Amino acid sequence: MSGCQGSGGTPPDTIFTPFLARKGDMGDGRPDRSGFITLLVRERTSADGEEQAMVNLSKAAAIIGAYEHPTRYAPDKSELLLHLESAQGALEDAGLSRGDVDAYLTSGSGAPPALTLTDYLNLHPKFVDDTDVGGASFLFHLNLACLGIQAGWFRCALITYGSTARSRRVAVGTGGLARRGATGLAPTPDSFEEVYGLTTVGMRALMAQRHMHQYGTKPEQLAAVAVAMRRHASKNPHAMYRDPITVEDVLRSRMISSPLHMLDCCIISDGAGAVVVASPEVARGCKKTPVWVLGFGEGVIHHEAGHRDWTATAFPQAASQAFGMSGVRREDIDMAMVYDAFTITVVTALEGLGFCQVGEGGPFVEGGRIELGGELPVNTDGGGLSSNHPGRRGMFLLIEATRQLRHEAGERQVPGCRLALCGATGGGTGLRQSAAVAILGRD
Amino acid sequence: MVGDWDRPLPTESGETKPFWEACRRGQYLLQQCRACGKVQAYYRRFCAHCWSKDVEEVVSSGKGAVHTFTVTYQNQTPGFREAVPYVLAVVELEEGVQVLGNVIGCDVGAVRIGMPVKVTFVDAGEMKVPMFEPV
Repeated sequence: MSGCQGSGGTPPDTIFTPFLARKGDMGDGRPDRSGFITLLVRERTSADGEEQAMVNLSKAAAIIGAYEHPTRYAPDKSELLLHLESAQGALEDAGLSRGDVDAYLTSGSGAPPALTLTDYLNLHPKFVDDTDVGGASFLFHLNLACLGIQAGWFRCALITYGSTARSRRVAVGTGGLARRGATGLAPTPDSFEEVYGLTTVGMRALMAQRHMHQYGTKPEQLAAVAVAMRRHASKNPHAMYRDPITVEDVLRSRMISSPLHMLDCCIISDGAGAVVVASPEVARGCKKTPVWVLGFGEGVIHHEAGHRDWTATAFPQAASQAFGMSGVRREDIDMAMVYDAFTITVVTALEGLGFCQVGEGGPFVEGGRIELGGELPVNTDGGGLSSNHPGRRGMFLLIEATRQLRHEAGERQVPGCRLALCGATGGGTGLRQSAAVAILGRD
Repeated sequence: MVGDWDRPLPTESGETKPFWEACRRGQYLLQQCRACGKVQAYYRRFCAHCWSKDVEEVVSSGKGAVHTFTVTYQNQTPGFREAVPYVLAVVELEEGVQVLGNVIGCDVGAVRIGMPVKVTFVDAGEMKVPMFEPV
């Protein structure tokens, strides 16, 4: 499986040669390779328009251990201790021990996180990383784990997350500049942005307002997302909020940053979790069903030098890469975990991921389509809107998708779940957002 | 929002000084690339579209329209905490480029997408910070 060439098995050299012949040189003997990568990608685009990587990374690795810390409030524990408890839980789930870990990735705790945590946990991995692109970071870590495993650098990667945002009373969404611990404005870009009072909610509110203006998306449609998440949370014993809510409850809740009400915004909880990602050889020896990483992709979106589409996300590129790698079609996905920092985030993500047309996200989330029993159940654990949101929810997308694919989700199990998609978006600073997509499946 | 400036001040760098100097003169500086012709904001010493360093300064007419906005009712940062509710907006300037700003000088409930606005400069100690008000 791993190590095989992508579609057609064309070795890279045969792609280089005709390209260079076509482009000629720069006039000084140096080959003109401007736009080379773009062209290369285009040549490798499949018939259905999805990007194809040169090396087929599908099933290069599997999630073999996953653990979600049950806490939503842990004032008696340190953030670092939550990492440890999650690491132990995930390794126990995998049937492995501390000594099996040869790669470690994390984000969000300590400065710098990778050194703080390898010291605290007393690990000496061959590979460490603390890529930070906000709440989506752990999906970026998963991608790195797949690459490193495929390359033979390491075989067993541990990814951990822990946060005591709630017990430390961190204003994740409305903290503005203070949430970053910043006291001054950096010349670039803060001085052009934060000086106007940006908040995390406010950034998504700008998207929501534009989406409503451009496509006629209604507040009631955004509210339907919050209602669906709460319905799912009622089936999750660990969820922070489990009492049902209605569309009217959402619309009547306090306005935080128009058009987003309090119940359009995720909760603030403590929380932690970890996953273990391993090579196929390791995965086959583990006690639980391996959850294969069938495809993954990444992207970023930002101010675009003043030319941004305020309804767009970085998902289209990430999804194209992930679907192309996996060979899976959107209609085959049994359930999706979509980062729901805000109700609008789900609407724009479902559009960017290609589950509906751009502008149709509002009607798409209505009528129970994204609820258990619907066409595409989304965030079956109750999401960040109702279950937990300690600041970086990407980790919990992977954990709940793993539970679903192992058929361990109990009352909220999607029957016969074989393929799940995780779509995470993140970005703690101003206008910039990351996106990562992981397509997961079981044999 | 207007009045004594109690929010964090913008800081200038060697790269961004011309932008803030122009603000002190009452001008909103944009940049246009001589290589690719595109206009950009925020201010930087190269073209973000093509990475050419041959960029010329363009003084914006200061006129534009609200592209999107939010009325902020909660922000815990000192200086903003006291200023709520305030309008954070993306304004599309006549030159075809979007910039951020606060819309001031009107009721927060009066702001709409498409509303014509023009730039105004608010005193902030040694600096002047560009904002927008209804035309």
